[in-house]
Amino acid sequence: MTQLEQELKDLRIELLNMFIAVNKQLLKTEKAFFDFDKDIAYEVYNAEKRINALELKIDRDCENILALYSPVAVDLRFVLSVYKINHELERIADIAEGICKYINGLSKPFPSKAVEDVRIAEMFIQCKSMMEDVIVAFENEDTSTARKVFKKDEFLNEINEGGSANIIKNYNEQDAKSLFFLLSCVRKLERAGDLNKNIAEELIFSIESKVVKHQKKK
Amino acid sequence: MDNHILESKSVNVYYDDMHALKNISMKVEANSVTALIGPSGCGKSTFLRVFNRMNDYIEAFRMDGEVLMEGKNIYHKKMQVDELRKSIGMVFQKPNPFPKSIFENVAYGLKIQGIKDKEFIQNRVEKSLQQAALWDEVKSDLNKSALALSGGQQQRLCIARALAVEPRVLLMDEPTSALDPISTAKVEELINELKQNYTIVIVTHNMQQASRLSDYTAFFYMGDLIEFGKTEEIFRNPKVERTQNYITGRFG
Ligand SMILES: Nc1ncnc2c1ncn2[C@@H]1O[C@H](COP(=O)(O)OP(=O)(O)O)[C@@H](O)[C@H]1O
Ligand SMILES: [Mg+2]
Repeated sequence: MTQLEQELKDLRIELLNMFIAVNKQLLKTEKAFFDFDKDIAYEVYNAEKRINALELKIDRDCENILALYSPVAVDLRFVLSVYKINHELERIADIAEGICKYINGLSKPFPSKAVEDVRIAEMFIQCKSMMEDVIVAFENEDTSTARKVFKKDEFLNEINEGGSANIIKNYNEQDAKSLFFLLSCVRKLERAGDLNKNIAEELIFSIESKVVKHQKKK
Repeated sequence: MDNHILESKSVNVYYDDMHALKNISMKVEANSVTALIGPSGCGKSTFLRVFNRMNDYIEAFRMDGEVLMEGKNIYHKKMQVDELRKSIGMVFQKPNPFPKSIFENVAYGLKIQGIKDKEFIQNRVEKSLQQAALWDEVKSDLNKSALALSGGQQQRLCIARALAVEPRVLLMDEPTSALDPISTAKVEELINELKQNYTIVIVTHNMQQASRLSDYTAFFYMGDLIEFGKTEEIFRNPKVERTQNYITGRFG
């Protein structure tokens, strides 16, 4: 194995760690949300520092590989895609943290009728499932799994569009703050869907040029 | 637009029984830099030398196919090899100045051609040294021995010598592999400027040099032309796995 190959292998492992750490944040956020568990929300909060550090580390490693090894072709695409996916993942982690901030800002759980109406449980399910898809796609270099996220993203968009109407329907003065936070959570999960979609596209780009190459091999 | 100055058509080269180039068809665009890359022994130098018939001297050498310069077969029996070499100059891996003065080195090709006009020669020597980005460094003493120059200066002198006869094409066989990084950078800068007026075909083992410098890249492997195309395509997204393995350093 060349030194560059070793570096790329290490980079792959690091990004996988990032995937897993961010996914954990999302899972904890869901639990904090439905159990109204502020301890878990704080945990998410605290883990954010670690994720930022991981993001910086991956960033720096990408820069070093570019500067020291001048990768080309498939290697260059891989480093560029890691660089971009890393940032998308960090933003997903920000979203988890943001939702946890809302949870911690409330003194009692979100109004359950409104929670049901905005279908946020379904949004969490879709988001988690998209996250799983991109992780599997990344681990196995499997574009068909990456492609599964596009439908799920559309589904999230649909739910998101109904968000404001459902909040208005449930509006009452003393729940105003909760309802406002709830709508923000809906928006954030929709955004997490977009980010997962970006990751899937990035993966397809970097994996498929490789596949094309393999097909042409005689 | 068809602006090809050189073309090889189904060229096969043999050294005795050894099939050194296999059915190579490739076009070289005018006023561009074309890099030939590939592992040692894959046939790059042989291919380069096909264009100015430098292989003719090698006893074991046999060739079939056609090599055209501006549509004319340079292996035609009526082709004047001296004329050909005037339009296709060559620069080698190791700077090889003659043990003569700087001036004599650059004037050499002109004198060989029988040119006697002193002023003409004087002007051409200066112009060539300027084109080779060496003039400022040597103008104070053109009578100094060429061997007293540094390696990088010697290589630029050899480029000036090649340019003096005003060729259309410059063939360069690993012209910087014996140079330090600063001299290499100077020669690369020079090549980049020369391509305005010349067509350059360069053999290089340095992948980064190929990608920095060339407009087109040809990858050879064991006598086959594996892939040829725009340099950015070859280095960003090669079509053939073997090319990819080579440029990413996955085989030696
Ligand atoms: N003068 C020669 N006589 C016999 N074989 C030669 C001669 N020159 C080159 N070869 C052979 O032809 C093949 C291609 O050589 P060359 O064109 O020098 O490759 P490269 O420049 O890519 O290293 C090699 O196997 C080499 O040994
Ligand atoms: Mg050679």
